Amino acid sequence: MNIGVLYSRIRRDEKLLLNELRERDHEVTKLDVRKLQFGLSEPPAALSACDLVVDRCLATSRSVYASRFIDSYDVPIVNTPETAAVCADKAQNSLVLENAGIPTPRTEVAFTKETALEIIESFGYPCVLKPVVGSWGRLMAKIDSRSAAEAILEHKATLGHYEHKVFYIQEFVEKPDRDVRVVAVDGAPIAAMVRSSDHWLTNAAKGADTNEFELDETARDLVARASDAVGGGLLGIDLMETSSGSYTVHEVNHTVEFKALDEVASTDVPGAVVDWLEEKATQEVVA
Amino acid sequence: MAECIECGVSVSLHDDVEAGEIIDCGTCGSELEVIETGPVALDTAPELEEDWGE
Repeated sequence: MNIGVLYSRIRRDEKLLLNELRERDHEVTKLDVRKLQFGLSEPPAALSACDLVVDRCLATSRSVYASRFIDSYDVPIVNTPETAAVCADKAQNSLVLENAGIPTPRTEVAFTKETALEIIESFGYPCVLKPVVGSWGRLMAKIDSRSAAEAILEHKATLGHYEHKVFYIQEFVEKPDRDVRVVAVDGAPIAAMVRSSDHWLTNAAKGADTNEFELDETARDLVARASDAVGGGLLGIDLMETSSGSYTVHEVNHTVEFKALDEVASTDVPGAVVDWLEEKATQEVVA
Repeated sequence: MAECIECGVSVSLHDDVEAGEIIDCGTCGSELEVIETGPVALDTAPELEEDWGE
């Protein structure tokens, strides 16, 4: 197989993938998205040999546009542009989860700071304000008071990119100082971990402690349904345990990082990802 | 080995270093991108952008 790896930066995750693909004697076409030119009909020459492209772009904008173009050339790509578009935007992500009947935190969106403040006051304190595009816990605000809300909304409205004027407000979930990250392929979990921290943000990128987590049937069912809701693929699904003993799915990530999970999981995560890529590439070649 | 373009010290590299990989200079702490592997050439790593992440 010739697997194209579309990237803008080789993180440890990409390195793990590249090494695994090469160890299995696959041809690998490294596709640096910064150097590619996307015409309306003709694919970049570098794509012609690829049986399948895996999108590992670090920048959401590149991921969304490049996957759309590559798909339009009929070159198979994972994840699909539809999945990328939904997962790239927290508001769209929340909508598809809600529409699929998957428990997700209460969320509202507004476009002016006055209306956003009304939502925050109705949610009560604390609540959470998030950028619609963003990762690694950046620019997330836990709002504890009206004065904090006013200040943050003013800053976002005045200083932010236009996307920061889409105010995405979410209830604060009283989770047990940890959340659950599941890496799954078309809804089948490869492995899961809990990310624990004294801080309200429990992202691994923020230095949270990580430990392997055994998923119960409820969590497995939610992972499968959340994956279906966004169109499937190689995904990172984030769940929080609720005080009632169940889960809420807060988001699904489409260019999932898995190095932290690989360090704690008993499963060989890059190995399982490549198993799945081989399966997808074989399906495409046969088709 | 390659030379840090920020502080000039020698930076040791793994044998399997990849083009596109980001490495840290142990002396000045700069983030460097491997832009060529044969021989290794380094450049300043791209700045973090707002939409980066998973």
